Amino acid sequence: MKNRITATLKQYGFLILFAVFMLLSYWLPFTAGIAIGKNFLMFFLEMAAILPLMFILIGLFDVWVPRERVIRHLGPEAGAMSILWVVLLAMLQAGPLYAAFPVAALLWKKGCSVRNVFIYLGAFSTLKIPMLAFEIGFLGLKFSVLRALFSLPVFVAIGYLLALVLKNKEFAVREPG
Amino acid sequence: MIVLALAVAVLLALSFFADHGKTLAGLKKGAKMFLNILPALLTVLILVSVFLYAVPAPKLTAWLGRGSGWTGVFSAALLGSISLIPGFIAFPLGAILVRSGVSYQMIAIFITTLMMVGILTLPLEAKYFGWRVSILRNTLSFFGALLIGLLLGIFL
Repeated sequence: MKNRITATLKQYGFLILFAVFMLLSYWLPFTAGIAIGKNFLMFFLEMAAILPLMFILIGLFDVWVPRERVIRHLGPEAGAMSILWVVLLAMLQAGPLYAAFPVAALLWKKGCSVRNVFIYLGAFSTLKIPMLAFEIGFLGLKFSVLRALFSLPVFVAIGYLLALVLKNKEFAVREPG
Repeated sequence: MIVLALAVAVLLALSFFADHGKTLAGLKKGAKMFLNILPALLTVLILVSVFLYAVPAPKLTAWLGRGSGWTGVFSAALLGSISLIPGFIAFPLGAILVRSGVSYQMIAIFITTLMMVGILTLPLEAKYFGWRVSILRNTLSFFGALLIGLLLGIFL
C-alpha cells in the first residue's frame, strides 16, 4: 500500500506541483507563470487533438492485424519492399514525434524488424503528409521536395545502422506502464 | 487533421459493425496505453512550456539570422535539436526568416534537426527504447539532419 502511494506520488507529484503553480500564477497574478500556462495549453491542445486518435488506431490495429501478417510484411525476413510499407504507413500519420513511439512499440510487439521500426520513426519525423503540405505552403515546393528526397536515404541508413549495432543485443521496444 | 479524424471514425464504425467485442477490446487497450504514458507525456509538455517561455520562438529564430559559417551551422543544429516547436509555428517562422535574408541552409538545418532530434523528449523516448538506444538514435539523427541541411544549402 505504502509502495503504491509513493509510486503514484512519483508519477503525479510533478504534475500536481505544476497545477498548484498554475493556480497561484493566475491568483496572484504572476505573468511568467501565466505565459508558461499559455504555452502549456498550446502543447496540450496539440496533443489532445492527435493522440487519442492515434491510440484508437493503435488499439484497433492491435486487435485486427495478426502478428503473422506483420512478421511476413515487416519482419526480419521481409525484403526491401517492407521499407516501402513502413514509410507509407508513417506518411499517412500526423502529430509530433512522440506520437510515433507507441506505434513503434506496437509494430515491434507484432514482429516488425528493428530496422523497420527505426525507418518508421525516421519517415514519421520527416515525411508525414499533413506536415509536408504545411511545409510546401510556407517554404515552397522545391525546398520540401529536396528535403524529403535527401531525408529518405538518411533515415533508411540510420535504420540499417541501428539494426546492425543492435544485432545480437538484447533490444526490445517496451510499452511503458 | 480533419481527414485523420474522419478516417479514424470510418474505421471505428467499420470495426464496430464487424465485431463489437473485438472493437471494445481494442479501444480498451488503446485507452490503457494512453493513460500509462500520460503522466510522462504531461511532464515533458510542462518542461517544454517552461523552455519556450525562457527562449521564445521568435528570439530563437533571430539567433539563426546572426550566425554564419560553421558556428552558425552548429548553433542552428543545436537550437533545432533542443527545441520542440510544432510545425504550424516553425514553418511560418522559417518563411519569415527567409524573407528577412536568412539562408535556406540555416532554415533547412534548423527544420531537419527540429523534426528528427528531440532532446527535450528524450525521457519519453527512453521509456520505449531505453536510454542508450534513444541517445544513439538522436545522435545519428543529429548528424543525418546536419548532412541533409548542408546538402539542401548547396541546391537552394
